[in-house]
Amino acid sequence: MGEAGKYILFLGCTIPYRVSSYEISARKVLQKLSVELVEMPEFNCCGLPLEPLSHELTLTLSARNLAIAEREGLNILTLCPGCAGMLKKTSKTLREDKSLREDVNKRLRESGLEFKGSVSVKHISQLLVEDVGLDRLKKSIIKPLRGLRVAEHSGCHISRPKKYLEFDDPENPRVLKMLIEATGAKCVDYMDETECCGATVAGIDDKISLSLVREKLSHVKSANAVALITMCPSCHLMYDANQIRVERMFKETYNIPVLHYTQLLGLAMGIPPEELGFDDLRVNPSRIVKYAMEIKARV
Amino acid sequence: MSESEIIKPSKVDPKFRYEVAKMPGGEKLLQCFQCGTCTSDCPIARFNDKYRPRSIIHMAQIGLKDRILDSEFLWLCASCFTCTDRCPQGVEVASVIRVLKNMAAEEGHIPQVFKDLLANLIRTGYVYEIPESRIRRREALGLPPLPKGNSESILKTIQDLKIVKIISK
Repeated sequence: MGEAGKYILFLGCTIPYRVSSYEISARKVLQKLSVELVEMPEFNCCGLPLEPLSHELTLTLSARNLAIAEREGLNILTLCPGCAGMLKKTSKTLREDKSLREDVNKRLRESGLEFKGSVSVKHISQLLVEDVGLDRLKKSIIKPLRGLRVAEHSGCHISRPKKYLEFDDPENPRVLKMLIEATGAKCVDYMDETECCGATVAGIDDKISLSLVREKLSHVKSANAVALITMCPSCHLMYDANQIRVERMFKETYNIPVLHYTQLLGLAMGIPPEELGFDDLRVNPSRIVKYAMEIKARV
Repeated sequence: MSESEIIKPSKVDPKFRYEVAKMPGGEKLLQCFQCGTCTSDCPIARFNDKYRPRSIIHMAQIGLKDRILDSEFLWLCASCFTCTDRCPQGVEVASVIRVLKNMAAEEGHIPQVFKDLLANLIRTGYVYEIPESRIRRREALGLPPLPKGNSESILKTIQDLKIVKIISK
């Protein structure tokens, strides 16, 4: 269903709440790549944060969004892997389980909606590798970030649970690495790359989540990476906004800038840094921005 | 649950495991043979000695319903799904734990944070309370207006769910 290159953008809750820099930079690079975005006519959470309360509630909330996209005749694009994963999982579950689908549809009919299962859902990384393609992506790069050593954090929800998502390899993620290397930057390996950021237990037990952040940052630092690259708003919040809390709690210094992949890509595309939301980052990214600015654009 | 603890039969609900296995995600509970892959690979278990997915699964198999549903440790699962992906028996460990959380919630054991998330959802469509200033700032940042939640329609869709009734009470 839907036109290629045109998507309904599902923003999720975390991005408008605290991570505008991701939205700003994502819109810029997608515009450069001629991906057309349509806004959701109305919105509710994908349901993932409420799954601990009720699976049925989550399925219903998720299906409601799928049904709205279906009504608009467009496939869904998300910036948040959590939203993508939840919407995909719901779509698969409801397509396969007729009685569950009936239950959910009975509730959706209350507001004139119906889930039929015809829309597909993609996270922006999937759009970049599958729709745009690495070749076209590389052609859009006018400032290859050669010599820049960065580390990636793909996050759990982009590929787990594997059975439902069937994207990338959760034990050895490749997608974000390929996307980073397309910009010309070097993506370094480090210990426990697939470790969870702990965002989902922040608010329940901060000590655990900050310990996970600390471990990640220390491994990234050991690999001599100058920045950490994410593609999930929640992982980004943990590593960027909470970095100072970790530094205070453990009396250590990291000072590792955390960039959304779309910011890194934007720099390599030659988009002016002031249009990529760098002001919103908590750990000062100026040395990365400066590095990119000093690269001569190829014509 | 310590290895040497003696469990009184009166504390055991022998039908509990079947209740769990009936729920979506809980189906494979009885396949667990207690190898411990889940706990050894769990990021939370590394930083907290109360949270042990293998023990939770074991308790569910035995039928220690109250001890699980009244617990605080249940809510520590990060839902990273590492256990689910690595289980050699195909048990969806994180989903079994989610089933248990759902059961605990139906009995009224609900951490405040989830009540707040649901209240925000019903009011605005978003689970977080997005400050007005942020919504207004979007224009200055060159972003389109934030899609609105249709509160009335959302409530109509979910109001018959048991959990919504419990929390809204």
